Amino acid sequence: MFVPEAGVAARPFFERLHDWIITVDHKKIGLMYVGYGVLFLVIGGIEAAIMRAQLAFANNHLVSPQTFNRMFTMHGTTMIFFAAMPIVFGIANYLVPLMIGARDMAFPRLNAFSFWMSALGGLILYYSFIGGNGLYGAGTAPDVGWFAYAPLTAQAFSPGHSTDYWIIGLLVSGIGSIGTALNIVTTVFCMRCPGMLLRRMPLLVWLNLITASLVLIIISPLTSAQIMLLLDRYLGAHFFDTQAGGSAVIWMHFFWIFGHPEVYVLVLPAFAILSEVIPVFSRKPIFGYNIMVLATIAIGFISLGVWAHHMFTIGMTSYANAFFVASTAAIAVPTGIKIFNWLGTMWGGKLIFSTAMLFCIAAVAQMLIAGLTGIMLAAAPFDWQLGNSYFVIAHFHYVILGVIVFAVFAATYYWYPKISGRMMNETLGKWHFWLFLIGFHVTFDFMHIPGILGMPRRIYTYEASRGWEIWNLIVSVGVIIQIVAILFWVVNLVWSHYNGREAGNDPWDAWTLEWSTSSPPPDYNFAIVPTVRSRRPLWDLKHPEDPDWKYE
Amino acid sequence: MSLEGGAASVARSALAVTCGAWAGAAHASLRIEPAIPNIFHPASTPADNIYHLSVFVLAVCAGIFLTVFSLLVYAVIKFRRRKDDDGSEPPQIYGSNQMELAWTVIPIVIVFVLFLAAARVIHAVEDAKLPANTLEVTVIGHQFWWEFQYPQQGFITANELHVPVGSGPNGAPTHLKLLSADTDHSFWVPQLAGKTDLIPNHPNEMWIEPHQTGVYVGQCAQYCGVQHAKMLLRVIVESPEDFQKWVTAQKNPAAESDNVAHGRDVFESTACVNCHTVAGTNAHGKFGPDLTHLMSRETIAAGAATNTRENLRAWIKNPDDIKPGALMPAMQMSEADIDAVTDYMRTLR
Repeated sequence: MFVPEAGVAARPFFERLHDWIITVDHKKIGLMYVGYGVLFLVIGGIEAAIMRAQLAFANNHLVSPQTFNRMFTMHGTTMIFFAAMPIVFGIANYLVPLMIGARDMAFPRLNAFSFWMSALGGLILYYSFIGGNGLYGAGTAPDVGWFAYAPLTAQAFSPGHSTDYWIIGLLVSGIGSIGTALNIVTTVFCMRCPGMLLRRMPLLVWLNLITASLVLIIISPLTSAQIMLLLDRYLGAHFFDTQAGGSAVIWMHFFWIFGHPEVYVLVLPAFAILSEVIPVFSRKPIFGYNIMVLATIAIGFISLGVWAHHMFTIGMTSYANAFFVASTAAIAVPTGIKIFNWLGTMWGGKLIFSTAMLFCIAAVAQMLIAGLTGIMLAAAPFDWQLGNSYFVIAHFHYVILGVIVFAVFAATYYWYPKISGRMMNETLGKWHFWLFLIGFHVTFDFMHIPGILGMPRRIYTYEASRGWEIWNLIVSVGVIIQIVAILFWVVNLVWSHYNGREAGNDPWDAWTLEWSTSSPPPDYNFAIVPTVRSRRPLWDLKHPEDPDWKYE
Repeated sequence: MSLEGGAASVARSALAVTCGAWAGAAHASLRIEPAIPNIFHPASTPADNIYHLSVFVLAVCAGIFLTVFSLLVYAVIKFRRRKDDDGSEPPQIYGSNQMELAWTVIPIVIVFVLFLAAARVIHAVEDAKLPANTLEVTVIGHQFWWEFQYPQQGFITANELHVPVGSGPNGAPTHLKLLSADTDHSFWVPQLAGKTDLIPNHPNEMWIEPHQTGVYVGQCAQYCGVQHAKMLLRVIVESPEDFQKWVTAQKNPAAESDNVAHGRDVFESTACVNCHTVAGTNAHGKFGPDLTHLMSRETIAAGAATNTRENLRAWIKNPDDIKPGALMPAMQMSEADIDAVTDYMRTLR
């Protein structure tokens, strides 16, 4: 997506590479974040494909149990920390300053530092494939699961260094996450252009503000737990060492008080994308801006009080279980408000089914389903059956793929013209959308069923007599369709870079500030810092007879 | 175990019907083999309670889904931009307090109802008072097998839990105390109850009250290491009389037979005895499954293989061939010694 300006293309490769490595420009850093995330998305996808090939048939011996366990550990860790987080941070990095009329983030050098820390974290994690067993022999990747429950991570059960690579890789990338979160919060509070009051900010900015605030809160418990685990492993502490009176349950609390809000850290930026794209292609402002902001704040607060719904099966008291049923079910209310408000935005509009809009509509429908299976899992007794089964896997992949990845695809089609100056190909885009939609549903709709039939997660094989084989085969076939769809996306990204139609400043006739500057934007974003009077400054410019500021 | 038996609820979802009917059909042809586990096919009290709640929750969710999804489809069709569109912008609507209030309050009411329904079942299952004749079993999770201690009767077995039918004359529910010897595990037999984790240093409990005799399968549902996948569970629910017979047999010391004296010597003179117990002999190991009545079990290696001579021999020769990553080492015995030990094991009825 890197489009050199005329004349710049002639510069030597190493000079241009040097420009990217030393850059403190939020747009370049944002793109590096996204590119880095997409790289890990592909790696994590390959790991998933290996698992699906293994599980396609009962009693399959394609990979050993040791390899399978590394695959699911690395798949989960990679997708959450090194694919999803960098992609959402990258999108925020690119768009937040442009949308609030700023020339860069508040702390450009901290921004670069944060990105490189995150990148280093991913390299440390993947170096485990070479160095995981230290001097003892060939390397091994971590195999303790992405939530690394104690005491499996203790030296007694996990000798060698694979678990250490997991701990340190995440710890280092956590430093980057905190830096970027701090930067986004500061940028939003301090860098807004004249007239850009908090109540006039685009929803994408609002949602990323809440996301960044959540990151600031939740990375700390994860980092603390990892430091405690290192102390256990190397300095004889006993925080999680159950053989010496430590508590495995404490690790679960630490991990999930990070882990559940983390879901919202990933999904709120997806909601942010939907909240920008749907209005433009419905040709209407977002329905109920105020309640959308309030619902986001509510989600942020409530998400900090629901973590133990990951722990309904650990033997909490009936009162504790009931509390977490209530808090978890409560979060469905603000989430539901968002779905209704997107519907309200579409209602009475003139819907334009661009590829970006199609991905958004599918994401809304899939968020509905993911929310409803979430309500099933929130009912603790139902979770005693469904928890840790393939039903849960299907549920959260509905959120992560069905909502987050769909929204990210929408974002690429919507903002690619701004980033590259060229339009993406809509025909390839429609192929990408429909194939991915079909592949997604073949995989994840049918994945609920083996969970209902008692198939737990994280098993490398199963007996044919359990009746799970046909469902697993269907699920695995869907993966092939998804891979083909993603090839269409990659081809489209590359093809459009060279052959796409010139985009101009504002190809979608949109309303937020990023469309007022050139495509791609200059280094300083805006030659003249804009002044805004409403939530849709470009609407005001295009419709001086009927400006928004008269009604807000 | 017929899905159609009992009060067939009108609210039963399409999913439940599909899975249930399908599992039911499979079940009809497999009378002795265990049924395919299915949470919508409960055969025990806590699983029943969960089933009724899940049907209710599914019905509510199905209603919400149909309503909202229909609105979405309607909006997509009705409000698409037409071919003859004049290019003007539609009316700019910024929101509606009444609508927003409606879709805040109605979900709150639904959520409250769901909470009450869930809380009722949580209380019914977790705070249940069990009768005095309840059977006590201590379940200890190991990498990668199950130990079952019957403290009231004073014996220990592994991997295949025998319990009496819970209701009817002489029936009794079973209370399981859940412990772990190493990492986290989870006891899950979907037709009998929801899962509960076995966590070291954190004793847990659960109970079951099966309605019908039969074999119910499940497996470890919390990742516990390399062979988490083959930590399978079988629960054999018997009539109170059959259960009593099984208990009596289990309390006996190991059968002795002079025909297999050599195999017994090999067993007792190698490291086997460090990990395994055979009651009445000098084998007192505690790290592996109790073998006193090995041949009373249908499977070996925590369900990884059926208990045939061929499988047993292969297991003794090299456990990794059947269950790579199992903690039992290959003892590097001669072929003749392996045969002898296998023959000895085959006498432990």
